[in-house]
Amino acid sequence: MTDSPLLSVEDLHVTYHTPTGPVLAVKGVSFELGREKLGIVGESGSGKSQTGRAILGLTAPGGEVRASRLEFQGTDLLHADKRTMRRIRGGGISMIMQDPKYSLNPVMTVGKQIEEAFLVHSNDSKREARRRTLEMLRAVQIREPERVYRAYPHEVSGGMGQRIMIAMMMIPEPSIIIADEPTSALDVTVQLQVLAVLDDMISERGMGLIFISHDLNLIASFCDRILIMYGGQVMEECRADELSQAKHPYTRGLLNCLPRLDGSQDELAVLRRDPAWLDIREKIS
Amino acid sequence: MSILALRSWLLAEVPGSKSQARCQRLFIGWLAFRRNPVAVIGLLIIVSLILIAALAPWITANDALELDLGQRLQPPGSEHWLGTDELGRDILDRIIWGSRITLYIVGLVSIIVVPIGLFIGIVAGYLGGWVDTVLMRLTDIFLAFPRLILAMALVAALGPGLENAVLAIALTTWSPFARIARAEALTIRNSDFILAARMQGVSTAGILTRHVAPLCMSSVIVRLTLDMAGIILTAAGLGFLGLGAQPPTPEWGAMISLGRQYLIDQWWVPTMPGIAILIVSLGFNLLGDGLRDVFDPKSGG
Amino acid sequence: MIDIQNLNVVFGHGKQAFHAVRQVSLAVEAGQSFGLVGESGSGKTTVLRALAGLLDGVASVSGDMTVDGESLQQQRSKSFRQRVQMVFQDPYGSLHPRHTVDTILSEPARVHRLDRIEQRVVAALEEVGLDASFRFRYPHQISGGQRQRVSVARALITDPRIVLLDEPTSALDVSVQAEVLNLLMRLKREHGLTYVLVSHNLAVVAHVCETLSVMQNGAIVETMSVQQLREHNSTMPYTRQLLTASLGYDRGAIDAFEEFGS
Ligand SMILES: Nc1ncnc2c1ncn2[C@@H]1O[C@H](COP(=O)(O)OP(=O)(O)OP(=O)(O)O)[C@@H](O)[C@H]1O
Ligand SMILES: Nc1ncnc2c1ncn2[C@@H]1O[C@H](COP(=O)(O)OP(=O)(O)OP(=O)(O)O)[C@@H](O)[C@H]1O
Ligand SMILES: [Mg+2]
Ligand SMILES: [Mg+2]
Repeated sequence: MTDSPLLSVEDLHVTYHTPTGPVLAVKGVSFELGREKLGIVGESGSGKSQTGRAILGLTAPGGEVRASRLEFQGTDLLHADKRTMRRIRGGGISMIMQDPKYSLNPVMTVGKQIEEAFLVHSNDSKREARRRTLEMLRAVQIREPERVYRAYPHEVSGGMGQRIMIAMMMIPEPSIIIADEPTSALDVTVQLQVLAVLDDMISERGMGLIFISHDLNLIASFCDRILIMYGGQVMEECRADELSQAKHPYTRGLLNCLPRLDGSQDELAVLRRDPAWLDIREKIS
Repeated sequence: MSILALRSWLLAEVPGSKSQARCQRLFIGWLAFRRNPVAVIGLLIIVSLILIAALAPWITANDALELDLGQRLQPPGSEHWLGTDELGRDILDRIIWGSRITLYIVGLVSIIVVPIGLFIGIVAGYLGGWVDTVLMRLTDIFLAFPRLILAMALVAALGPGLENAVLAIALTTWSPFARIARAEALTIRNSDFILAARMQGVSTAGILTRHVAPLCMSSVIVRLTLDMAGIILTAAGLGFLGLGAQPPTPEWGAMISLGRQYLIDQWWVPTMPGIAILIVSLGFNLLGDGLRDVFDPKSGG
Repeated sequence: MIDIQNLNVVFGHGKQAFHAVRQVSLAVEAGQSFGLVGESGSGKTTVLRALAGLLDGVASVSGDMTVDGESLQQQRSKSFRQRVQMVFQDPYGSLHPRHTVDTILSEPARVHRLDRIEQRVVAALEEVGLDASFRFRYPHQISGGQRQRVSVARALITDPRIVLLDEPTSALDVSVQAEVLNLLMRLKREHGLTYVLVSHNLAVVAHVCETLSVMQNGAIVETMSVQQLREHNSTMPYTRQLLTASLGYDRGAIDAFEEFGS
């Protein structure tokens, strides 16, 4: 980690005012991101994606974001105007969305969509855009880039869709990437190869990465530091290589319910949630 | 049941029956709709239009056809709020009775247009292949003609009259609905829940009616409300050209047509029905915008 | 129970033709679970869909498939639809957004003209560990894991013999994955179900299955028992690579990965 963080988040809250009452999606999350790989784990609905989206100002309509600090390289993201935000999105911070099939336009070819992402942040020619697009598709380990270039999103497999999203987000060369479960639909080898692509780009260009996932093994082996989230709060923060010694019962529960290759076919342990985990934190803060 | 109990029934975390689940969805849709003041204004305009049409016999003095030549071309005043026309008929009364005709046109056109457009669109979109090609070429043919001109040609062939005007408008209006329904069906047909239904052994007809149609319905309804203004204007246009409702029927377009020779000296005669058309068209447009937000799939309604 | 011989699937025609599944043959005994693993785009889902008869009009399928003694024709029979069910990968996409759980679950029962629909729905919900309060909710009112349980319940309504599972847990987080896996194992024990499970998670396959095939580029490259997998006892370099990869991220090891196939 370098001295000045790329991104600082302090006491972030995301509240959705729904017709049926407020939903507290994120409750007081704080962290700093340097030129490193930060992992966020937690079960579904724990607010991982909402944290990522709030940083980019992509909170869905009806959601309110509050924070005592939300800064990207000195720019206040909470009060930035539309133009600044547009410049930052994609060019400065980009996000690889969780569900590629819904994030891709179903009636536009994959190649055109990636080209568009490239052209928004540069004024190169169409031909250059096409060349870069094919190069990027190759970089994310797509076998037949020419075929995929011409394909529509429903014609590619789940894993290819996710790699296409990654290519699309990497092509403008941002300084922070927020990857929301970018590889959960990939098979293990390609998953690692795609992560290696991400990893190399990040270390070469000194980028920061926020890696959101519920795959504990993967996060522990891939990231430098981990935040463990539950119910919109950070339960525990630890170094990635120390995850197996984590103390919090929630983290332990998550670790225990993984099926293991060398295990048996017995019942898996299931997580027992304790409402007290949330209360304690609330009292402290 | 008190209001509070009803509210908690409608917002209960756990719906206890199918009808409760349905009411809840409607209610939550209403809560979302209510947040948009402009849309609520649109709804109010449409509701008032319906009320006025329903109550016409009680809120007007006569049936809007009675002549009173002594009262010709009176300006708006305390006796005739919106003035009288060239035959001494009260313009407000005629507008009120005319609202029934407007609603009649709007209702009839929707009843004809929505099923036809929806059917052609989802069949073409879901089945694809040559069925799609044939149906879409047919749609394109109808889409290619300017609406008013095609309607005029049809009415000229069928003979002038309100029913024929409605038929002509319907025939010229369904094609965009087919396009919309097809576009929706195209995205829906690749989704997993359609595969799941096929896996279950649901027939193609069952998939079209129970799975595809309900999802296309919302965009069709939104488009219909947004199109209403166009339908009313076309109807008025036909009336204006003497091809729609025939005098002495108090159809708004026909009223403008008959009153246009008085525009300079007795401006209110053609202007008042014009304002009525404007307000109602605006109402449908505002309502349509509001519905679009409510039906947005992301809002979960 | 399931016997597939020389299955080929081709998407598209002429120049655009894409041979997604090549000469796949596999056999599954009644009451056994069979795993299909392999890289993304290797045709695992396509094999399941071909078996389920969900590819007509989309791709040309050739080969012999026999299920429960019935040789499969182009058009699947009604009894096939009752005996073979499928659970899809994406719990967000596989439930109709405008149907309540009740509608979703009663539809298959109605299609197959089963009796006591109401009881069946309640029983199926109970079977997957959801109480009756879920019956009239819409999919957007329940969590991903609960949705996947509803998908499993929908597959169970018609009392099938075979359930095809397309990555049933890969969209779920680990705690819910454990619950769904436990559920699948229990149902298999209690109902003697036959599973074909597609997954890219070797640990999940090892947990559920007895036998597995490794697919690559549309073809099966190796078939082995889970015991062999556990002992890392594989002759194929591709399978060994999969095993290495499932141990976690290791930048050094990845450079040693080979490109197979192309
Ligand atoms: N548009 C919305 N309106 C209301 N509540 C929302 C909205 N979007 C998300 N939420 C709520 O915010 C909470 C956190 O959601 P989030 O998507 O961040 O979870 P997550 O940790 O990313 O889970 P997953 O692993 O399933 O992606 C959830 O309880 C969810 O129900
Ligand atoms: N409808 C389609 N039209 C054209 N090609 C298709 C279609 N569906 C799938 N394919 C192609 O067939 C190949 C196999 O796809 P399939 O979905 O079976 O892969 P998979 O092994 O399930 O991968 P994943 O693990 O990513 O889901 C892919 O290369 C894909 O691009
Ligand atoms: Mg998420
Ligand atoms: Mg697949």
